[in-house]
Amino acid sequence: MFQVRIHGRGGQGVVTAAELLSIAAFLEGKHAQAFPSFGSERMGAPVVSFCRLDDKEIRLREPVTAPNAVIIQDPTLLQSVDVFQGLNCDGFILINSTRTFEELGIADFVAEFPAHHVCDVGASELAMKHVGRPVPNAALLAGFAAISGQLHMASVEDAIRQKFPGAVGEANVAAARAAYEIAAAA
Amino acid sequence: MLKQTEGSQAVAEAIALCRPEVVCAYPITPQTHIVEGVGALVKAGKVENCEFINVESEFAALSVAIGASAAGARAYTATASQGLLFMGEAVYNAAGLGLPIVMTIGNRAIGAPINIWNDHTDSMSMKDSGWIQLFAETNQEAVDLHIQAFRLAEELSCPVMVCMDGFILTHAYERIDVPSQEEVDAFLPPYDPIQVLDPAEPYSIGAMVGPEAFTEVRYLAHEKQLQALRRIPEIGAVFKDVFGRQSGGLIHSYRTEGAETIAVALGSVNGTIKEVIDGMREDGAAVGSVSICSFRPFPSAELRAALAGAKHVVVIEKSLAPGLGGIVASNIRLALRETTVPVYTVIAGLGGRPITMSSLREVLEAAGNGRLPEVQFLDLDHGAVEHEILRAKQTRRAGPTAENILRNLGQSAVVGNE
Amino acid sequence: MTDETALQRVKFYQTGTHTVGNRLMNEARRSVQASMDRSNAITSGHRACQGCGEALGARYALDAALRASDGQLVAVNATGCLEVFTTPYPETSWQIPWLHSLFGNAPAVATGVAAGMRRKGRADVRVVAQGGDGGTTDIGFGCLSGMFERNDDVLYICYDNEAYMNTGVQRSSATPPTARTATTPAVGDAPGNIFGTGKNLPLIAMAHNIPYVATANVADLHDLEDKVTTAMAIRGSRYIHIMVPCPLGWGSASDATIHLARMAVESGLFPLFEAEHGQVTRSKKIRRRVPVEDYLRPQRRFAHLFKKGHEDTERIARLQRMADANIERFNLLGEREAP
Repeated sequence: MFQVRIHGRGGQGVVTAAELLSIAAFLEGKHAQAFPSFGSERMGAPVVSFCRLDDKEIRLREPVTAPNAVIIQDPTLLQSVDVFQGLNCDGFILINSTRTFEELGIADFVAEFPAHHVCDVGASELAMKHVGRPVPNAALLAGFAAISGQLHMASVEDAIRQKFPGAVGEANVAAARAAYEIAAAA
Repeated sequence: MLKQTEGSQAVAEAIALCRPEVVCAYPITPQTHIVEGVGALVKAGKVENCEFINVESEFAALSVAIGASAAGARAYTATASQGLLFMGEAVYNAAGLGLPIVMTIGNRAIGAPINIWNDHTDSMSMKDSGWIQLFAETNQEAVDLHIQAFRLAEELSCPVMVCMDGFILTHAYERIDVPSQEEVDAFLPPYDPIQVLDPAEPYSIGAMVGPEAFTEVRYLAHEKQLQALRRIPEIGAVFKDVFGRQSGGLIHSYRTEGAETIAVALGSVNGTIKEVIDGMREDGAAVGSVSICSFRPFPSAELRAALAGAKHVVVIEKSLAPGLGGIVASNIRLALRETTVPVYTVIAGLGGRPITMSSLREVLEAAGNGRLPEVQFLDLDHGAVEHEILRAKQTRRAGPTAENILRNLGQSAVVGNE
Repeated sequence: MTDETALQRVKFYQTGTHTVGNRLMNEARRSVQASMDRSNAITSGHRACQGCGEALGARYALDAALRASDGQLVAVNATGCLEVFTTPYPETSWQIPWLHSLFGNAPAVATGVAAGMRRKGRADVRVVAQGGDGGTTDIGFGCLSGMFERNDDVLYICYDNEAYMNTGVQRSSATPPTARTATTPAVGDAPGNIFGTGKNLPLIAMAHNIPYVATANVADLHDLEDKVTTAMAIRGSRYIHIMVPCPLGWGSASDATIHLARMAVESGLFPLFEAEHGQVTRSKKIRRRVPVEDYLRPQRRFAHLFKKGHEDTERIARLQRMADANIERFNLLGEREAP
């Protein structure tokens, strides 16, 4: 089983990101279980969502405490939330930022991880460019596919189109492709 | 069709497939996505001949359903937690009138202290209302149970609650097979009421009944539940014929052959329990589990058979009867009254407290070693509780308990960080 | 009214009698209660008390509704006297389909019945919900307001006898000031119910902007029938508030029910009016104005106001001011229309 935890803020599409991830996995014939950190919905408050991926039925219902990957939609959370809790140093880290790890103040921490397991992508900027709104989740999902190898880019694109039919979906796919290239090259 | 979707959305689609005629909605977390989903389908014209009525309270929601059902229409509503309590009087009334309403409960704790997260206190508060109560283990089963619920309710003219864990199921996005209209139509015939308000054949429904007949009327309510005990597995079998999968029934046993310690639970925690059982079996422990799908009627004979070989029965339950312990465990003890098998209560998952594999494994092992007390609170913070008990002893004006516990936890967190 | 009735107008002004009855009415206006084949929603043999205003009001209201709907009528009942005295198990007085669920949910149940009927292709079946003042102004108020707000297709009738009679005469939010009930006893400095509380449900109903609101009274059964008939011709939420004296609860003689109902109107304490979409369209003029004392004095629930040598003149005057305010507000003293 592969477990992902996504950190962001209310309104950034944290729950949608986990759902997108699960749809992409489903399209590849995998079993996937996405769920939010259950709580009251408030704009701007720290929010967590989870996604489990597996080749067989997922029966487990406990929260994800030891993720294989964390996706951080909002780098300001690095100062206020222990976003890396439970993450082993063979795990994956994807951060929505154009700043370097040094600038983010986590260079020493991420140095423990295999270099290709750690990546930052300016997903909000890519979303602004392609979608016109700072909604980073589609781009981050592509970045996750690139670094983790858990998903094919084609299924990520299909999942985005399924969740956002029409022009919005295509714009998100464009942002996702750009993010994939950046992450794959990193 | 197999799809990756939210539990609530899948249930909403299943409700729509059941061709309800009157749906009443009042928002309460975590049930809200379900009625929103049904409402959207009705508004989009995807449910033929259906009225979606936004009412002013849960009490009104079930009351409107009562009226609609008495008029011969297929009626549905959903609620949770305080909402179920607020409609409590109508819950008993719908059962007493024998109206086959189907209602989803997105299981959630009851306050005070107010808490929006999952446990089973809400459904347990209505366990003896005369409704049939089915608990879904997975979102697939939640979908399937709703389809079965309409058939069961209407055959027996008895209301059915389908209970699914709030957030854990309602908000989980998973692979779910949502059946086709043709499949559902093949399984669920149109509602043919045993009583209906009809000017051509007028009669009075809901008259006062005195001591001379009340016992008989109540006995018949009991007898109806006993009929349900027979019909639930039969309907499950018909369901399997049409849909090709096993869903519903009275209980599900998991690896109970030769098991000395058997865990019993309701709802989604059975998934986690199965993972624990697999792990312990791999390590050579003789453990198994039983999931109760039908809590009312209570399948005493089936449980007796399933638990016959056990040396320890550990009931994991998401509700508490203060002053007694476990409600489900009490029911199971009654079913096992002719045996000497010890039945332990483990109160777990209250107000959304995560039930982890490691904690479950600990209690199952403790039971096997004879070290489990009769009533155990899973992962209870003994320090916080003892601190508060001591404080309350020292001063009369101790203040509100819930706030004191939170303050105490906050202080120890600060200390822990230092 | 029509020209034919106008020809007979003078005969209604015979002094000293209120029993003009059917013979002075034109054919179309005569009460069907005199006909052998009249509609009959509530049949005889029920267990209401002698002189029960509610039994009379309900029978006339439901019969009028039954005629207006051409027999396609369902009644939903809140818990209360009407429910209890019409359905002593295993008997029932109801000749129409009738459903009793709970005390506080009759409006919501009726909403459900109406929706169910529509979905079953029976929109021709009309729905009446009914309850006493407790079931309407207190415990059923939330559901009633919800029904009004959604403009559900239900005629709701409140039979107002101004207290919880079924449970033994306790105060409701429709109990008038100074009235003695089991929970507002006639003791202390200001015996009976206090001033300044209670609800005026017809006005609250009007505030929901529903198509039709009316008040009626068992002393004027033609007017009551007319209002029910008018209401039945309209779709959407309609509300009729009928004052029904209760000999038991009011401490009045069982043959005084009609007289007291009339005094309530003639004093101005209970104005008869109709309103459409929140606007008063018509009020029934007082025929011969009487002081409130004429209404209050025959009722034991007000006996403490008239203790020999200790007359509570101040509070009687206050009740008179309430009546005067009604007369002013609803313009109850103008030119009377022909009946």
